[in-house]
Amino acid sequence: MRNILIGMTAAVSLSVIMPAANAEEAAPLSLAASTPITSAEVTGSVPQKLNVSKANVFNRLLKKIEDPNAAPPDDGIHDRANDAVFALQPPKVAYEGLPTTTFGNHIDWVKALDDGLLNPRYDRVDPDAEPFIMDLDIVRPVKASVPDVVFPHKPHTQWLHCSNCHPKIFIPQRLANTISMSAIILGQKCGVCHGKVSFPPETTSCKKCHSKPKPADWKPPLSQATVKNPWR
Amino acid sequence: MGAKMERTSVWKFALLGVLGWVSVFLMPQPAEAEYADVVINNYADAAGMRPVVFPHWYHRIRFRCKVCHADLGFKFKAGGNKITMAKIIDGKFCGACHNGEVSWSVENCGLCHSGIPGTPTHISGSTVQRLVAPAYKALPQ
Repeated sequence: MRNILIGMTAAVSLSVIMPAANAEEAAPLSLAASTPITSAEVTGSVPQKLNVSKANVFNRLLKKIEDPNAAPPDDGIHDRANDAVFALQPPKVAYEGLPTTTFGNHIDWVKALDDGLLNPRYDRVDPDAEPFIMDLDIVRPVKASVPDVVFPHKPHTQWLHCSNCHPKIFIPQRLANTISMSAIILGQKCGVCHGKVSFPPETTSCKKCHSKPKPADWKPPLSQATVKNPWR
Repeated sequence: MGAKMERTSVWKFALLGVLGWVSVFLMPQPAEAEYADVVINNYADAAGMRPVVFPHWYHRIRFRCKVCHADLGFKFKAGGNKITMAKIIDGKFCGACHNGEVSWSVENCGLCHSGIPGTPTHISGSTVQRLVAPAYKALPQ
């Protein structure tokens, strides 16, 4: 029992260096049932009890993709029992030489198009069809403290047709559309594409849309709960 | 418990600990399907076929969104187009290109019908899929 404890202790101390305060808190717990260990042995390591809750791990809810752009047979949705899956092209092969990002496909599609690295067809059969590009930026003020949104029509019209968004998703009129991040995350408004196919709303991609800094004298408006607080 | 025996056990378990942590990093890491891959399983399972996996990235390299989503009439909704093989051989949806002219023809069943049976219709890696707490209540089966 004691050997196992020491073994675990060694393993834990090698991987994670815990703050001293935590070590002090954790020590009495693990010692309760086993033979007493002198304080010298405890210093610098965290003994753990075998039946202590497994919920106390670091980053319990963090989902991280360890192998982005996995080949079809290894990606978890293709059936390996299907021989044809092994004939499919792995994304990494196609992505060679394209500019990268840290989200979505990990490919900056808009930059790839601008740099001429990709030339996807604008017509099903005619490789020379030219897209109808409109260069108009729309500024949308944002209530919260994050920078205001600048919507650039240019990269959107490079890929899409006006009728894809107007008038069904966005009414082409100033102040006619109400957009919220919750709606986007649940797949409405910008979220019809962003978060499904085009770059997703993540912490590292916020500033791609929220790109116009607030005026220097801008201050976040106080909540009514604070303004009306009699103890304030 | 003698002092000597104690010391050897410490090293033995320390080594075990190191090996344990090394093996954690050597283990195959969890993979995830490519962002925006669409699994379509409206009718496939019921018809005894594997669900379709549509790779957005592959098509995006070759066509702009407009071609499928404006010209061919694909709605921006996974499973929302009610695609059937009957429509495809009539030249609608996938059949507009997968006809042996623009791209390979429909006899290559397994290239599209390639998903794991029982996978529900969804978009891989989408924001809703990645939420820690589900955004929607699952429908009663």
